[in-house]
Amino acid sequence: MEKHRERVLSLENLTIIFGGLVAVNDFSLELYAGDLVGLIGPNGAGKTTVFNMICGQYRPTQGRINFKGREIAGLSPDRITALGIARTFQNIRLFGNLSVLENVLVSFHVSLNQSFLSSMFSLPSYLAEEKRMREKGMQLLDTLGLAHLSQEEAQSLPYGQQRRLEIARALATHPSLLLLDEPAAGMNPQETRELMSFIQRVQDDFDLTILLIEHDMKVVMGICERVAVMDFGVKITEGSPEEIRNNPKVIEAYLGAED
Amino acid sequence: MDNKIKRDLVLTCLLFILLMLGTWLAQLYLNSYLVRILNTACIYVVVAVGYNLINGITGQFSLGPNGFMAMGGYTVAILMLPLAQKEQVYFIEPLIYPFSAFTFPSYLFGLALFLGGVVAALAALLIGFPTLRLRGDYLAIATFGFGEIILVFANNLIPLTNGALGIKGIPGYTNLWWTVGLAFLTVFLVKSLVNSSFGRAFKAIRENEVAAEAMGINLFRHKLLAFVISGFCAGVGGGLFVTLIGTVSPSLFTFTMTFNLLIIIVLGGLGSITGSTITAVIFAFLQEILREVEAPHTIGSWSLPGIPGMRMVVFSALLVVLMIFYRRGLFGNKELSWQLVIDWVSRSKNGKA
Repeated sequence: MEKHRERVLSLENLTIIFGGLVAVNDFSLELYAGDLVGLIGPNGAGKTTVFNMICGQYRPTQGRINFKGREIAGLSPDRITALGIARTFQNIRLFGNLSVLENVLVSFHVSLNQSFLSSMFSLPSYLAEEKRMREKGMQLLDTLGLAHLSQEEAQSLPYGQQRRLEIARALATHPSLLLLDEPAAGMNPQETRELMSFIQRVQDDFDLTILLIEHDMKVVMGICERVAVMDFGVKITEGSPEEIRNNPKVIEAYLGAED
Repeated sequence: MDNKIKRDLVLTCLLFILLMLGTWLAQLYLNSYLVRILNTACIYVVVAVGYNLINGITGQFSLGPNGFMAMGGYTVAILMLPLAQKEQVYFIEPLIYPFSAFTFPSYLFGLALFLGGVVAALAALLIGFPTLRLRGDYLAIATFGFGEIILVFANNLIPLTNGALGIKGIPGYTNLWWTVGLAFLTVFLVKSLVNSSFGRAFKAIRENEVAAEAMGINLFRHKLLAFVISGFCAGVGGGLFVTLIGTVSPSLFTFTMTFNLLIIIVLGGLGSITGSTITAVIFAFLQEILREVEAPHTIGSWSLPGIPGMRMVVFSALLVVLMIFYRRGLFGNKELSWQLVIDWVSRSKNGKA
């Protein structure tokens, strides 16, 4: 019998309308602690829009987003991050001119307990905290296998490492829920395999609940316990990878209906 | 790590002592013309470093420093002008109460400068509050408008600013001790801020606003912080400037001032505090050296008449050349640090050996 697990995120009847376009319609999903759920669907189905609503980039036209018992729909992205939701981006959005370590340190800023004056005057209390932050940052990079690159400029990293750094940066905000937007996009099979084990390891190490958008079926079928499928802004089905694979609706959405 | 911080601190203190020694020697031996240029250079440093914080580090395009300098300049002028001089200067309409009733003694000059900075910072808060909530170029438009509005106010608020005639006879409290000291302090403080967690947040906003916000950074608060600090620096710089030349009028803080500062921070490298510092000094000297090209000349049998404004032509040409060869300015967004200096010194030593 499965243990009773805490509900982390619940999306209830989310709808968002841009002008006359209903981008996401009546979308509901529940995530429990420790879940690794995949969100799939053809291009333009509204997957990233769902992410943007969870993270506060968009305010849903209708519906509720509940994170650990708290209503978060319409809060600003920085407040939602502070509550414990972190994300990566489909098109990589690193701070290109900053070093790898600095990219991670930016995420610690929200938990800094110092005023700008104490950092301006380099007070000992600030310097101590800065030192702690750097140590913590190096530790994090070390567990994620990026420590040897800490002083490199983020934009100079190879593609696979940049994706990994995006995840590292998201983890540095101390999330309990991690949203990954197409983490395997543009990766070769070797990189994809590495990424899959990387995601699983990170989930265990950091005690995370993960929601992930992915096009690569190998990734989705390989690591997700549950999969939700979207098409034209509507959730068409949800179930185990096995069920999804054989669902005629899913096949229709991806390959078109047989006439 | 710890040792490096201590080493840098010691070196910075040494630099400060060296600068003070240099200032002392300069006061003793340099002629007043050179001292004047040095003063101007240091004032440029104060304002340019603050300006780079918002434009280069945070990536928000402001065109406001001339307005903020004007606010600081007028504040200091009104506070420091002796009472007798106040009666003489404001002959069209008397200066409004309470400013007509008191004046700061010379030992409160530092406080007057601080208040000049505070007034400019408050103005920055006022403009930043609505505009920095928006994304895009609104700040540039709003700050450009602000600079013009301040000049219109300065021209027409006669009971406060004496209109287009300006205020004359401001005691010349600004000397090298003040300018060098404040330039050093500004560079040190702003550089510490930029190297801190706040500086990383500013840079993250410059690099990618969406990602910065998703990593928990409150965009509005941090942009406003950078903008207000930048306004404060410009206010202090304006205050130093008017007590250096002894008069203030609206024509002193036209858009040309902002343009000059823009040249400085772009040449030094947007995002490099040390770069701005160095180019500010170069710029002040170049401005004087290039006076030569505006003077009439005779070369052999060829005589050239003096062309006023020729300086700016040379400047523009120089700017074009620099932008071709150093597209990101002299320093890009890198900082000159003690580590770099030490590496460079030890490398040139090894090269010789």
